[in-house]
Amino acid sequence: MASSSVPKGTPNFPEYQTEEGRLKIFGFWVFLAAEVVLFSTLFATYLVLADRTAGGPTGKDLFEVKDFMIETMLLLTSSFTCGLATLEMRKGNKKGVFIWMITTLLLGAGFLGMEISEFVAYVNEGATLQTSAFLSGFFVLVGTHGLHVTVGIIWISLVLIQVAQRGLTPTTCRKLFIGGLYWHFLDVVWIFIFTAVYLTGLI
Amino acid sequence: MSEQQHASAKHHVIGFALSLVLTFVALFLVINTPLSAGLKLTAIIILAIFQMLVQLVYFMHVTEGSKVYQIISISYGLFVAVCIVAGSIWLMLLNGMEG
Repeated sequence: MASSSVPKGTPNFPEYQTEEGRLKIFGFWVFLAAEVVLFSTLFATYLVLADRTAGGPTGKDLFEVKDFMIETMLLLTSSFTCGLATLEMRKGNKKGVFIWMITTLLLGAGFLGMEISEFVAYVNEGATLQTSAFLSGFFVLVGTHGLHVTVGIIWISLVLIQVAQRGLTPTTCRKLFIGGLYWHFLDVVWIFIFTAVYLTGLI
Repeated sequence: MSEQQHASAKHHVIGFALSLVLTFVALFLVINTPLSAGLKLTAIIILAIFQMLVQLVYFMHVTEGSKVYQIISISYGLFVAVCIVAGSIWLMLLNGMEG
C-alpha cells in the first residue's frame, strides 16, 4: 500500500488521484452517515409530536402547496446543476464549474429566501416555536435543514474562491466534489421533509 | 474519455427527470386521488426512498471510489435512522402510552 500508487479500479477523476483525496472522500461519507442519524432524531421528534397542536394551527392550516412545491423545485434543480458542476470539474473546465456552481448557490439562496419568508409568515399568523409541540418540532427540523443550506452556501462559496485562485488541482477538485456531496445530501434530507412534513401534513 | 463524460451528462439528465417525476407523482397521489390515508402514506414513503436512491446513484456517485465502504457507512446510518424513527413512532404512538 504505497501512498503514491493508485489502486486498481480507482475512477480516473482528479478528486480520486491522491490517497489523501480518496480517504477524505470516504471520511465525508462517514460524516454524512452521522448527519443521517442527526436528522433522524429530529424527524422522530417531529413525527411523534405532529398531532400535538395544542389548539394552535395544524399543518393543513399552514402549508401552502404552491410554496413548498417551489421550494422543492429550487432544491431539486440546484442538486442537478451541482451535479453538472462536478462533470465540468472532471473535464477540467473551470468556467463550467463556476457557471453551474454559482447557479447552484443562487438556487440555494432562492430556496433559503422562500423558507425564511415562509417562517416569517407563520410567525405573523401566530404559529411560533412556542405555540405547540407540533410547531416546535417543525421549526427545529426544517430550521436545522435551512441552517445546513446556509452553511453549504458559505462553504461552497469559499471553495470557489480557492478554485479561482489556485485552479482545478487535485486538492481543489476534491474540495469541490465533497462540497457537492454535501449539497446533494441536503436535497435528500429535503425530500424526506417534503414527504414526512408537507405531504403528510396534507393527508 | 469524452464518451464516458457524455454518458455521464446523460446520466445526470436522467437522474433529474426521475427526481421531478417522483416528486410530482407523490404530490398528485396526495392531492388528487381518493386513496386511504394509510395507502397514501405508504406510497409517498416508497417514492421518497426511490428519490434518495436516485440522488445517491445519479448525483452522489456512491458507486465510485471506495464504494463498498461508502455504501456500508451510509447504509448503517440509514439503518440507525430507521430504528430511531420507526422505534419512536412505535413506542410513543402505537403503544398508546400517552393517551
